[in-house]
Amino acid sequence: MKNALGAVSTVLLLGGRSQIGQAIVTALIDGGATHVLLAARGGVAEPELAALRRDGVDVRACDFDGTDPATHPQLVAAAVDQLGDIDVVIDAFGVLGSNDEYEADPVAAADAVTANFGGHVSVDLLVAERLRDQGHGTLVVLSSVAGMPVRPGNYVYGAAKAGLDGFATALGDRLAGSGAAVLVVRPGYVHTRMSADVEPAPFSCTAEDVAAAVVAALRTGRRTIWVPAQLAPVFTILKNAPRALIRRMPR
Amino acid sequence: MSCEPDPADRPPAALARPVVQRQLTGWGRAMRTTADVARPRSVAEVSALLADPPARGVISRGLGRAYGDAAQDAGGLVLDLTGLAPDLHVDVAAATVTASAGVSLDALMRALVPLGLWVPVSPGTRNVTLGGALAADVHGKNHHVDGSFGNAVRALRLVLPGGEVRTLTPDGTPEPFWATLGGMGLTGAIVSATFTAHRIQTSRMLVDTTRTADLDQTLTAMAADDARYHYTVAWIDLMARGAAMGRSVLTSGEFARLDQLPARAARDPLAYHPTVRAAAPPWAPPRLLNRASIGAFNELWFRKAPRHRTGQLQTIPAYFHPLDMVAGWNRLYGPAGFMQYQFVVPFGAEDTLSAIVASLSDHRIVSFLTVLKRFGPANPGYLSFPTPGWTLALDLPLDQPGLTELIPRFDEAVLAVGGRHYLAKDSTMSPATARAGYPRLGEWQDIRERLDPDHVMRSDLARRLQL
Repeated sequence: MKNALGAVSTVLLLGGRSQIGQAIVTALIDGGATHVLLAARGGVAEPELAALRRDGVDVRACDFDGTDPATHPQLVAAAVDQLGDIDVVIDAFGVLGSNDEYEADPVAAADAVTANFGGHVSVDLLVAERLRDQGHGTLVVLSSVAGMPVRPGNYVYGAAKAGLDGFATALGDRLAGSGAAVLVVRPGYVHTRMSADVEPAPFSCTAEDVAAAVVAALRTGRRTIWVPAQLAPVFTILKNAPRALIRRMPR
Repeated sequence: MSCEPDPADRPPAALARPVVQRQLTGWGRAMRTTADVARPRSVAEVSALLADPPARGVISRGLGRAYGDAAQDAGGLVLDLTGLAPDLHVDVAAATVTASAGVSLDALMRALVPLGLWVPVSPGTRNVTLGGALAADVHGKNHHVDGSFGNAVRALRLVLPGGEVRTLTPDGTPEPFWATLGGMGLTGAIVSATFTAHRIQTSRMLVDTTRTADLDQTLTAMAADDARYHYTVAWIDLMARGAAMGRSVLTSGEFARLDQLPARAARDPLAYHPTVRAAAPPWAPPRLLNRASIGAFNELWFRKAPRHRTGQLQTIPAYFHPLDMVAGWNRLYGPAGFMQYQFVVPFGAEDTLSAIVASLSDHRIVSFLTVLKRFGPANPGYLSFPTPGWTLALDLPLDQPGLTELIPRFDEAVLAVGGRHYLAKDSTMSPATARAGYPRLGEWQDIRERLDPDHVMRSDLARRLQL
């Protein structure tokens, strides 16, 4: 159960090797979380788990393929078996490719959309059903400013994130009154292994910044956050900018 | 003693519904969760509901005055017992009162005061149900003399999971009785109780007020007042800093005797007309209660109190329930809500108390209302909060970021000297803090295992603290 200061006990991380996901998990453990399950394809390496462990904190990993919806019911059931009530689910899995890769291999592009959007739909729906049944809990969905709006610089990734953002936001609306909630996180450029090959954009931040913002939002009950917060006005303007301008944007 | 309700008057569970899905919070308006709420009208209906409980359990709820998550059960069933047929039997000669659990202390006072009787214990609000008062084993300004509410209870009726109705008494069934008083509703649903009332000659209090200059003076004055007064409490101005840190207004009193009333008041010595002067608006902006407004209020409250005044006649509501004059005052804290942090530290641990007050002051944490009280001996309740010592209660707006670091530190300091936190107020403890503060939790769990082996009675508080 979440306490009045936003501290939680049980956490499920979908995308167990995600650097941002692990940063959020670390912050939640520092705040008092005692049972954590990291779900990732092929599990999570022992050193990464050991880095999260503290006295009295149970950290485990399990296999999870975000792109295979047929396996998702079993995954959520296993998480419930292990954690009981799930206070926070962090949906942080995904892949980042480039226009060149996707345009050269449209099948890979479609797979990337499954990893960044389609797979999230099935697992998030299952998670939402569980949170609705338990009458409490927060699903944290890592969206991105990449889809606000979708820009030609990385439009396959951006389109998938735009889909995810819209889906997650409306899923939160569907859950209104159920006790369960969705927190949509819209970070800008985050310095991580995944983004190492991409040139940093203005207003960049670290995984720890995202984690701190998520922890603060869990406490206050906000439904949408931008990291850093200054991105909100920037992208609100950009979303409504003329297409001719967006077309000319470098990314 | 136990009695099974006649199967003929036990309606099918369907009759006790309809259930409505509702979002619930405690008085602090944080930690919102959703549950099905049923409003049973009779003991038989409570029994039927507990005979057929849903998978995520059941908890009773009264007027929702517990500050945290004690009276909600996410995804489960909440029994709103304020709908129980209001049953009240008063034996004036013996000063005993039997009432159904959903009756509020407010209703009890309206019935009892004109008869020359007074509830054994009144918390800071009269808007709690009898059942809630028992489940939290509430205390009042007379704890150092009379103990908590449980001390005055002669018998209570409890509906166990499964539907059996049992009568518990302190002598006949001490274990389930004392596991239920202070048991936060986790042993079953309390449906009625018999308690001994106090006799009063008038409905006025004779109140002595003293202003103290700092915390040391407050502690000294309160220790001296214990022996002299039946009711004592100190309100601390937590906004005062530096040398004035911990300055307080002590109000100590007794019920006035008939011969102490002026002629006019003596014509109707047991008159009792509590009023609600105002209601908080349905919505308040964020941070309405901030450093400036709370500071100003505290300054005013301190200045308005006389430096020293004895024998002032006050009405019961003015002395016992000043906050009840503003209905829904918890809404003034705005959408973020607030938490109450109440702990007790043993006598001799005054340094810990001072350190916490100093730390709040240093970190510029605001507390709207801060109340200090001395507890007398504990009763046998396994999870009863009061133990001999100082108890401090703070009302803290939740939109103060510093709380996240400070509260766990205070928890440690309180536990280090053998103190504990009040479950009815709690919204921040960890399971380990609860275990350390309540060393008899294990014994209580053993008794609960016998009463409710399947843990049908469940609340968000119980889940959060792994009770």
